[in-house]
Amino acid sequence: MSALLESLQLAFADAAQSKTALDQAVAIGFPGPRTEQWKYTSLRPLSARRFVAPPSALAELNAATLETLASIPGPRIVFINGNYAPDHSSLADLPNGVTFESSGTANADDDSRFASAHDIFAKLNTAIAKQGMQIHVDDSFVPEKCLQVVFVSVGTGTDLAIHYRHKITLGKNAKLALIEHHVSQDSQQHLINTLCDIALQDGAEFSHARIQQDNAGNSHFLRTEASLQSLSVYRRLDLELGAHVSRHDLQVKLLGDGAALYANGSLIASGRRHVDTRLDIQHIAKNTSCNLLWRGLATERGRAVFHGGILIEKGADGTAAHLSNKNLLLSDNAEIDTQPVLVIHADEVTASHGATVGRLDDGHLFYLRARGIPEAQAKAMLTNAFCKQTLQVLGNEDLIAQVAPSLEKALQIIEVQA
Amino acid sequence: MSAPTKIAQKRMLKIENLHVRVAGKEILKGLSLEVKAGEVHAIMGPNGAGKSTLGNVLSGREGYEVVEGSVIYQGKNLLELEPEERAAEGVFLAFQYPVEIPGVNNTYFLRSALNAQKKYRGEPEVDSMQFLKLVREKLSVLHLKDELLHRAVNEGFSGGEKKRNEIFQLALLEPKLAILDETDSGLDIDALKAVADGVNLMRSPERAFLVITHYQRLLDYIKPDVVHVLADGRIVESGGPELALELEAHGYAWVKDRVAPHMDVQVSRAQDAQERPA
Repeated sequence: MSALLESLQLAFADAAQSKTALDQAVAIGFPGPRTEQWKYTSLRPLSARRFVAPPSALAELNAATLETLASIPGPRIVFINGNYAPDHSSLADLPNGVTFESSGTANADDDSRFASAHDIFAKLNTAIAKQGMQIHVDDSFVPEKCLQVVFVSVGTGTDLAIHYRHKITLGKNAKLALIEHHVSQDSQQHLINTLCDIALQDGAEFSHARIQQDNAGNSHFLRTEASLQSLSVYRRLDLELGAHVSRHDLQVKLLGDGAALYANGSLIASGRRHVDTRLDIQHIAKNTSCNLLWRGLATERGRAVFHGGILIEKGADGTAAHLSNKNLLLSDNAEIDTQPVLVIHADEVTASHGATVGRLDDGHLFYLRARGIPEAQAKAMLTNAFCKQTLQVLGNEDLIAQVAPSLEKALQIIEVQA
Repeated sequence: MSAPTKIAQKRMLKIENLHVRVAGKEILKGLSLEVKAGEVHAIMGPNGAGKSTLGNVLSGREGYEVVEGSVIYQGKNLLELEPEERAAEGVFLAFQYPVEIPGVNNTYFLRSALNAQKKYRGEPEVDSMQFLKLVREKLSVLHLKDELLHRAVNEGFSGGEKKRNEIFQLALLEPKLAILDETDSGLDIDALKAVADGVNLMRSPERAFLVITHYQRLLDYIKPDVVHVLADGRIVESGGPELALELEAHGYAWVKDRVAPHMDVQVSRAQDAQERPA
């Protein structure tokens, strides 16, 4: 048994959400190097490490973190090292049509979910996670303000295994805008394992941004499973700006006719960071659509991995599926692996996918320089423009303005290092 | 003995015996040219003569290897400067094919360019209010719509809009030496007139133009002081505006026939022509 699984079994023996699932996870073990889903992301170094359960007492936040929190408007929900922090949250202006619970209710089928080794983190999550954001929006309710959720990881002297279990449900014709902020205080090397279920009922519209800007020590594993009913619209933006390893499995099932997914993301792999995003988009009902625009940047010794899987099931006629993945490789020691996969079992579909890996365009660079813009500044402008194309998915200038500074800041740091 | 500067025009650009290789092939083969402040020089020539190479090498594009010769611009060795330094020193290239740069907002780009140049020259930078005022001024003079500012650089612009955007940049950045690289290509007559009007508004005793073109048509609207014929990598003939008309009437074959047997003689004649008072 790996040191990691052994340590988790020990840490959560008496505190597991499901003892059955924990035993199953230990029995399944970690996927080996030949497992397709983990081909480009090795779990070997991580599986040799040991983690402990987070203490139930909330960690202290320093002035800088408090300042960050204060800059995020309400309604605001704050978690620290896996625990809900009501004192730092601001729910006074949470409207009546929206409910929030911090303790998760497990799904009835949880123990039977995730039977394969490649789903090991999701399995561990169902075994261990007890807290997270449980958010429900009532039918036809449209909150005025964007909901903000902040996940703070704090150094405690030991490496923690932090598990979050989220569930977001939108009733019929309900709307919600939500921004997730993942931030760190101190340098720590926690394992953060999150499972997020999302269900959009008929006609619901969900705008969801996730800004992952953890410090360079944390290892992030996230599995998102979203189901979209008829005419529902899911707009999603993932900004992968931090962490040592960040793996995201994004599964979206378009279950109802006319459901639409717009999912964009920017994967910034600088330093020695490893970013891996794996899409699994399933068109099941008729006239569904997905528009996926992903941008990757790898520099120094960073590595960006992208798998864009789109499946169009038999009978899903009228599907429109479009995927674009473009990548900038800015250093000889950096690496980018991209793999768009389109599987079509239906007859009447329009589908396109494309992936490129390249450098900054010489013609663009010369044009800017020929107008007097110094080379370093011109490169920064082009890199920014490239990575910021994804932001448009939010379709709302106010939301874009809230998330853009994090991306700009992450790119500035790269320029300084270069 | 030095002449009083008030009367003599300042020499702005002196190109001597310029040889340039592109991908190992010699394109410019001993080009010489002298331009004074206030002058408009037209460079005409057949396809493949080296017209665009001249524009690119003057603006500092990579991939153009100078193997011989010199380019002195306002007393400085232009070839030693980076493209952005040349721009800040006042050299402007209106591109033959302006590139589309998705995601870079036109206003942001123009302000960055203007302020980078000002910073280089030690001048105070403009804030966004001052910049907007300046931009509106220039737009109205050129009869351009301000929606152009809100888009990404050249993205989705028609051919004519791209060329007009180049002239707009010219008006905004106020260079000392403007090189127009086939700015007339692909333009209909209205767009051509608009571009020419913009250029004519910018003519001044302190500013020189190098108008590179394949056709005489543009020169109906931008009257040159000197016309040069560039063929096979060098200037083979220079003269007044009437030279352009002759070319239009007889075609470039006429030049080739005339100059090929006596190339050396023609080159020295060309230099004479450049030194005559404008």
